Amino acid sequence: MAIRDGRRSKGKLLLFVMSISLGIAALVGITSFRENLLKEIDEQAKTLIGADVSIQGSKPLPDSLMLAFYGLSGEMSRETYFASMVYFPRTDGTRLAQVRALSGKYPYYGNIETTPVDAAERFQKGAFALVDDKLMIQYGVEIGDDVKVGTQNFEVIGRLHKIPGQTDIGASAAPVVYISFNVLDQTQLFQKGSRVNYLNYFQFSPEIDTTGQWSQLVAEADKKGFDVEDIEKRKTDTGSAFKDLSNFLELVAFTALLLGCIGVASSMFVYTRDKVATVATLRCLGMKSGQAISIFIYQVAFFGIIGSILGALMGVALHLYLPELVKDFIPVELTPSISWLSILSGIGIGSVVSILFALISLVSLRNISPLQAIRSESESGNNKIDGIQILVGGVIFLFVLLLIYLQIGSFKNATFFAFGLVITVVILGLIGKGLALTIKKLLPSTLPYAWRQGLSNLYRPHNQTSLLITTLGLGTAFIATLLFMQSLLVDRVSIAGAEDRPNTVLFDIQTPQKEAIRNLTLDYDLPVMQEVPIVTMRLLEINGVSKNEAYNDTTITTPDWAYNREYRVTYRDSLISSETLSEGVWTSEITSNADSIFVSVSSGYAENLELKLGDELLFNVQGAVLKTYIGSFREVDWRRVQTNFLVVFPKGVLENAPQFHVLITRINNNETSARFQQAVVRSFPNVSIIDLELILKTLEDILAKIAFVIRFMAYFSIGTGIIMLISSIILSRFQRMRENVLLRTMGASSRTLWTIIFAEYFFLGLLGALSGIVIAGITTTLLGKFVFEFTFVPDLLQMLGVGAIITSITVIIGLLNSRDIIRQSPLEVLRNES
Amino acid sequence: MSSILQVNALTKTFKSGQKKITVLENINFSIDAGESMAIVGPSGSGKTTLLGLCAGLDKVTEGQITLDNVLLNALSEDDLAQLRNQSVGFIFQNFQLIPTLTALENVMVPLELRGEKDIQNRSKELLARVGLADRVNHYPNQLSGGEQQRVAIARAFSNQPKILFADEPTGNLDEETSQSIEALLFGLNKEQGTTLVIVTHDNELANKTDKTIKLKGGRLVESTVSVH
Repeated sequence: MAIRDGRRSKGKLLLFVMSISLGIAALVGITSFRENLLKEIDEQAKTLIGADVSIQGSKPLPDSLMLAFYGLSGEMSRETYFASMVYFPRTDGTRLAQVRALSGKYPYYGNIETTPVDAAERFQKGAFALVDDKLMIQYGVEIGDDVKVGTQNFEVIGRLHKIPGQTDIGASAAPVVYISFNVLDQTQLFQKGSRVNYLNYFQFSPEIDTTGQWSQLVAEADKKGFDVEDIEKRKTDTGSAFKDLSNFLELVAFTALLLGCIGVASSMFVYTRDKVATVATLRCLGMKSGQAISIFIYQVAFFGIIGSILGALMGVALHLYLPELVKDFIPVELTPSISWLSILSGIGIGSVVSILFALISLVSLRNISPLQAIRSESESGNNKIDGIQILVGGVIFLFVLLLIYLQIGSFKNATFFAFGLVITVVILGLIGKGLALTIKKLLPSTLPYAWRQGLSNLYRPHNQTSLLITTLGLGTAFIATLLFMQSLLVDRVSIAGAEDRPNTVLFDIQTPQKEAIRNLTLDYDLPVMQEVPIVTMRLLEINGVSKNEAYNDTTITTPDWAYNREYRVTYRDSLISSETLSEGVWTSEITSNADSIFVSVSSGYAENLELKLGDELLFNVQGAVLKTYIGSFREVDWRRVQTNFLVVFPKGVLENAPQFHVLITRINNNETSARFQQAVVRSFPNVSIIDLELILKTLEDILAKIAFVIRFMAYFSIGTGIIMLISSIILSRFQRMRENVLLRTMGASSRTLWTIIFAEYFFLGLLGALSGIVIAGITTTLLGKFVFEFTFVPDLLQMLGVGAIITSITVIIGLLNSRDIIRQSPLEVLRNES
Repeated sequence: MSSILQVNALTKTFKSGQKKITVLENINFSIDAGESMAIVGPSGSGKTTLLGLCAGLDKVTEGQITLDNVLLNALSEDDLAQLRNQSVGFIFQNFQLIPTLTALENVMVPLELRGEKDIQNRSKELLARVGLADRVNHYPNQLSGGEQQRVAIARAFSNQPKILFADEPTGNLDEETSQSIEALLFGLNKEQGTTLVIVTHDNELANKTDKTIKLKGGRLVESTVSVH
């Protein structure tokens, strides 16, 4: 019976299948991708780091410690890396690169991939270099050419394709040049204040116990400010680095699934309304109500499984495509593998969702009296919700709660989210009722008939206004939230500023070179837009609490990075254009050693560390301990091309500390830029020049790719949303079909009918869209505040755009949905109806 | 007296897959203004199809229909709609009231579509004429079958049609109600001079009309004129 009945309802069941399949596709695709990513990170963890342990610091590891580590591990390599300008004499090109000087057999796991293959083994044997492949292509460099680093020329013997743990994007932003550690001194690049990183790589050969003496050495190195990283830590770090991406994708998958659920519920509502007569007749023929419902449950289960299987197949296709989209940002090679767990759980979830969301409508069929086969007119359209429907609603709520919990892993947040969803549904339902009531009260009798008829359809008996506003509003809220988030994420990293923004930064300028470089800049008729001294330091204590104390005290929530990072701070007597004072008093200068030092910190930093005005910060300025107090908070616009700082000191404190300087200028043409860069590199080889135009272009490329991933996934959900919209709008077809045919019979012109339909869908779409947009605004604000740490400033134009699009889609689908009624011969429809 | 409806060589066929089904074949008749006519015949003989074609609810395959001196074949759906609104009234077996409109609003619809003013009072008068003065604000599902058919009659006469088509108007009603509905129908027919075309199985009802045509298998097999 279920199969026989299903044959006549292909269209509605197709909508049902599509709703569920797109939701499941997103779910399976994304969970498979996440599982795949974590598995690959797990498997490739050793090649991510290239060794069993790496120790990194801004100074060399003391010999005693290095020898102790070496003694235990059995194998060691050393690497020093820093940013420096490199010069290609044959093609006369200069570019900022990441110079890495290596000694030893690193990497122990994975390879430095080069052409020719043996170049990675040979470059340490003399004044040879491996140069990033893209950099060579960009500057027309060939194997055999020279590259000049500092004062030393190196012969390029290999093209560098990949090094352990590096992403393609990372390579574009800071291309690597490998040289031999033994030749490093000859570059004469090191001077006090230069920012250099020192790395030691260890391989356990044979495997050692890392809990005893080794862990004591690690603790000692940590205490001295070195960052010790082993495979487990790298695995966790790499995993958490992709947590945001994975969270966003999960949000998308979940949104798609929820939209799919609404689609299922809507299409089943339509379906069951269609089945009232069938059930009444079957009941007349002696079928029990339970048997009648089970016919449709079998259908739903069958088509739910079909939809879920289709969705799972689409999900697998998505999973095969996702690695291609994200390969530039992830450090592991992703070979898509079929995740049976994701596929089976996707099919399982899809089937359960289909039945549960269909049950809300299906259980109402049990109340259908056999009498309705005879008197359908008098009984149809009974929309009262009964106890069983409430029970089904409760089960759905628990299931959604469980799904959210499985996705985000926090019961508290899942409850918060699920209740938020319920409240949203209730609010939207009330808005729908409010609209109906308002129109009933305020509808002017002077309006033309077609408009009055269209609008009064919104409050007349058996109207679907509340239901449609809820589904349209919920769909719009999901779609608009994704769109707002997408624009905010892209906008967050975009670069502000006009045509005259600075585009060239000279850094690592030593104090004695400052004057000469300033003069050289002016000689080239270039403006000195900003000159900034920079002092590096570390944070020892916040209000007397050290890193270890903070770590051991679970009530302190200060993040680890606050203590671990190297602070680059400046000192000056006034604010710059990218800053505004938000709280406290700005201290411009300290005139006496007896005065307390009041520093200014950025508001975002203060918020993250929960700092207050007057809090004490103890800094280690390259050996000297400096006690400071927070005097003010500054709002900083990080998107402006400026040197922006978390902490700014007043004048009169850091002038004698070891420091380097940054000079910012703007060069308007490429030729001057090339000549100026060459002049700087020739006279001051330690000074690095950042050509921001190039960086900005690279950044724009990266952002375009990230934006594409975000958009691709967001549009996937929006696709599900549109199917959901179609299901919702078809809801109203029942009511309108008969009305419009009768109006047609009584002489209504096509224009009148189109106007009636337009008026109804226009107001439904408009209010559904507006409600959804308001909810999306609230959701985005909350997500921004608590998850992504930004302030959502509504973009009115974008909101209007979303509103216009959703309203148009509603109207178009509504009109398309009714075109048959207007085109068909009234006689045919009336006969079907009777 | 001039004929208000003239049917010449009317044929109607439908396609069912590859098959062509002829529902009506070579039908010819005419009816004068103010006359009443019954279309009778067994189920499936094409009575309702013929009524729909005459009222401009569907298009003929072959032949011609002239209604109120207008040839229907050439008219667009919108022109047909306008003609129906100006000259035609309908009554259906299952009443076909708009369920979301009250009795009064249902009666007002044809007048609203004509863009007429002061229609509420006229509609109320019509409802009073059919005995439903106290039911004007009731929705169709709050009315009995007989009451719904009275509303349908009031609606059919609201635009003072030249011709009224009724498809089994008493088919869903008991005998007593049927008789009062028939009385109402013929009363208004006489009062307003409206031409009446009724599809019916009820010989008694057919006998009350001026003329009867009988269909069988899609063909007109008998045409009789009653003498009252």
